[in-house]
Amino acid sequence: MMISGRLLAVMRKEFIHIIRDPRSLVLIFLWPVIMVLLYGTAITFDIKEIRIGVLDFDHSRVSRELLRDLTASDYFRISGYLDKRSEIDDGFLKGRFTAVLVIPAGFEKQKALNTGRIQLIVDGSNSNTATVVIQYFKSFCMLHQWESGVAVSAPLSLHPRVWYNPDLKSAHFIVPGLIAVILMMICAQLTSITLAREWETGTFEQILVSPVLPHEIILGKLAPYLLLSLSVSVVTLAFSVAVFKVPFRGSLLLLLVLSIVYIYASLSIGVLISTRARTQQVALLASQILTLLPSFLLSGFIFPVLYMPLVLKAVTYLVPARYYLVIIRGIMLKGVGPGDLAQPCLLLVLFGTFLIAFSIHRFKTVLEKAPWAG
Amino acid sequence: MEVQIQNLSRAFGTFRALDQVNLDIRQGESLSLIGPDGAGKTTLLRILCGLLRPDSGKCLIAGKDVLGDQRFLKSLIGYMPQRFSLYPDLTVSENLRFFADLFQVSASDRAARTKRLLAFSGLGPFLKRKAADLSGGMKQKLALSCTLIHTPAILFLDEPTTGVDPVSRREFWNILEDLHMQGVTLLVTTPYMDEAGRCDRVALLNRGRILATEAPGRFSGFFGGLLFELRCEALFRAVKALRSDEKFDSVQGFGDRIHVAGRGSETGLVSRIRSVLAREKIQVESLSRIPAGIEDVFVDLIRRQDS
Repeated sequence: MMISGRLLAVMRKEFIHIIRDPRSLVLIFLWPVIMVLLYGTAITFDIKEIRIGVLDFDHSRVSRELLRDLTASDYFRISGYLDKRSEIDDGFLKGRFTAVLVIPAGFEKQKALNTGRIQLIVDGSNSNTATVVIQYFKSFCMLHQWESGVAVSAPLSLHPRVWYNPDLKSAHFIVPGLIAVILMMICAQLTSITLAREWETGTFEQILVSPVLPHEIILGKLAPYLLLSLSVSVVTLAFSVAVFKVPFRGSLLLLLVLSIVYIYASLSIGVLISTRARTQQVALLASQILTLLPSFLLSGFIFPVLYMPLVLKAVTYLVPARYYLVIIRGIMLKGVGPGDLAQPCLLLVLFGTFLIAFSIHRFKTVLEKAPWAG
Repeated sequence: MEVQIQNLSRAFGTFRALDQVNLDIRQGESLSLIGPDGAGKTTLLRILCGLLRPDSGKCLIAGKDVLGDQRFLKSLIGYMPQRFSLYPDLTVSENLRFFADLFQVSASDRAARTKRLLAFSGLGPFLKRKAADLSGGMKQKLALSCTLIHTPAILFLDEPTTGVDPVSRREFWNILEDLHMQGVTLLVTTPYMDEAGRCDRVALLNRGRILATEAPGRFSGFFGGLLFELRCEALFRAVKALRSDEKFDSVQGFGDRIHVAGRGSETGLVSRIRSVLAREKIQVESLSRIPAGIEDVFVDLIRRQDS
């Protein structure tokens, strides 16, 4: 495709629009940073200082040792002692405890015979939290037995080791995904609004009587926003690494190149919207609906695509964030190289090119039908 | 013929915006198109610019169908839509440059043309000002300048002076007259009768049909009856009394005068007017027959078409 003077003219004009509106510009950069800060800290599956109620019937040296070890870790905090089993329910209802540890009478003696048993009762009203609490407590017990010098009498011992995110920190997993979500939203919004504004103000009609061609308008408008979105992604990325200490193991250059591809695909959604939306309000609403929910729910951001029902799984193929999540998590957390990311990259290029070609085509037919009133 | 419109029809749903319109505009001619809101003026201009497809009929510009070679047509015509919007955040010179770029005006032509456009529009001192900060009249002049940057031979202007103050309106029309003198073919829609009168010919459009096309001074022939100008006291009461008499086709107030139209003999109508007013005890200051102007013909033709 030849780069004509008209295409350059549209690009230059669009650049002027962007720099003449510093308030929006600040917002465009600030908003992703705030989102990362808020969501990065709010969406977390990490649990600390689990509130434990203690019902100790043994009152022995060993039981005191157990409780001492429990509080020594960052993960548990004893927030009350109970006297009777009947008090457990009340404690849960009032929200005083997340779990209650029951140490039966005779625990010390049984422990010496390697048959010691304790009970953990967990508030299951938040199943996610409950699962994590049980996991933490199991690990704690393994550690505790180890320290007490009691060997586990199992024929097989399991030593799980987690790669890429050894501490299983939520932020490492959430923040890169968040960048994908934010970029998709910003890209779709910016392009759909800039095109809708020309419909709304009537300037479209004016440039349509000039020799400018539909693809020159669309590509001329995309280019400045591609650059803008790329700088937003760099700022957001730098912020995430600095504040959340998200590791960056792969190649920055590779991530930037693939980000351009992703931004291109996301911008194309905005172009598609603007073939329909005639006002900035409609464009804004449509781009939010089309990007926010899919990128949150159907991209693998939080819920893994692998375990989705078949129909939803099929839908995820239409969400560009799905591919970018593989790319950004792969590069940042695992240090994946270009060879393994060729497929998502190719699919993003196809996605964007198809939408833009379709939009240019639609754009031509829409013009012939004359959408304006009067 | 520079512009030929042949049996042109266009409907939006069941609404017939244009109905078998025929109109020719000669090269170098200026023609104003007047008609009430919804008459089809804007639709006609849009079809001429190739922005809208007609349902039937066709338009030729310089002998070529407007749906044909777009490149040729777009270099030939300039179109200033009713809602011409410049980019408010761009300065005067940036707006001009953008349109010069879109029309691929060569670098050598650009400087001279910009200079000439700035001279006649008086925008020279405001080059660095944002379009948003211009006055209404200045905005329209900038819009016209952007439309003229590629020196079109034919100009289509859709209500270019609506919402512009009277002084700027006059200045704007002086510019149009200059263009006319230079040989540019003009088709202008306007709601102002005085502006319409400044063109070579005026076409009346109502409900998608051309009712008359004539030089401004020769409209009286279209008037179906006799027209009287009346000056009297108690104008409001006089209009009301005359309107209640079925003998008169139309009774219109024009400032301090009343135009009364009717059919029959001149003496019969005069005595009828006098007797109606005498019954209301209204003193007549003057009453005389006058030739019908564009506006009278316009009102008369629309009344006859609608009934």
